[in-house]
Amino acid sequence: MKQAYAWGAIAAIVLSSTTGDVLLSLAMKQVGDVGALWRQSGLWTVLARVLRNPNFLLGVLAMTTAFYSLLFGLSWGDVSLIAPASASLTFVTNAVAAKIFLHERVDRRRWMAALLVAGGVVLLAA
Amino acid sequence: MTFRRYLVLAAVTLCASIGDSLLSRGMKQLGSISLHHPTDLILAVLNPSVAVGILLLLGFFASYMTALSWADLTYVLPATSLGYVLLTLIAKFYLHEAVTISRWIGVLLISAGVGFVTRGPALTRQPENAQPDGATYGTASAGKRP
Repeated sequence: MKQAYAWGAIAAIVLSSTTGDVLLSLAMKQVGDVGALWRQSGLWTVLARVLRNPNFLLGVLAMTTAFYSLLFGLSWGDVSLIAPASASLTFVTNAVAAKIFLHERVDRRRWMAALLVAGGVVLLAA
Repeated sequence: MTFRRYLVLAAVTLCASIGDSLLSRGMKQLGSISLHHPTDLILAVLNPSVAVGILLLLGFFASYMTALSWADLTYVLPATSLGYVLLTLIAKFYLHEAVTISRWIGVLLISAGVGFVTRGPALTRQPENAQPDGATYGTASAGKRP
C-alpha cells in the first residue's frame, strides 16, 4: 500500500512540475528575450512584465504544488525511489508536453537527449 | 547562441547544484527540525550555508527564467542537467565519497545527452516570437525553421 502511495506522489510530482515548466516556458516566451528587454527598457520593466504574466503565476503555483508533493512523497516512500524516479520521468514528460503544448520541434536529437539524461539520472541514484 | 547565453546556462547549472549542496550542508549542521518547533525552520535562514544556498537558488530561478525567454524548454532542461554530473564530481573529489561504476555510467549518459542537445538549435522559430506580447504563442506549425 505504501508503494502505491509513493507512486501516486511520483505521479503528482511529475504532473505538477511538467505543468509548471510548460507554463513558465510559455510565460517567458510571451515576455520575450529578457536581455534585450532589459537593455531597452530597464530591469523594472522586465520584472513587471514577468510578475504580471498570468502563466508565470500559474507556473509558480504548479511548481509549489510539485514541491509539496515531493515533501509528502518523501514522508511515504524512500528518497532513493521518489527523487530519481520523479526527476527522470519529468525529462520525458516535459519533452512530450513541450511538443504538444509549446509546439517545440522535438526532433530525434532532443528525444535522445531527454532519454539519455533520464536514464543517467536513474543510474546516478542506483 | 552567443557566449553570454552559454554563461546564463552555466549559471543555471552552477547555481542549482551548488545551492542545493549548501542547503543540504546547512540543514545537516542544524540537525533534525521537530514539528513541535516550527520556528526553528524560520531561524534556519540564519545559518550561513542555508542563507547562501537560498541566494544561489534565487539566482538559479532568475537565470532559468532568462534562458527560457530565448530557448526551448526541451533545450534548456537537458543542457542544464550537467549539474548532476557536477554534483557527482564534487562528491568524488571534494567530499571523497565512493562513486560506483553505475554512477559513472550515469554521468556518461547525461554528458552524452547534453552533447546531443547543445549541438542542435536552441529555439523553434515561430512567428509569434517576434511580437513583444506574444499573446497568441503556440499556434504555428512545429516544423518551421529559420
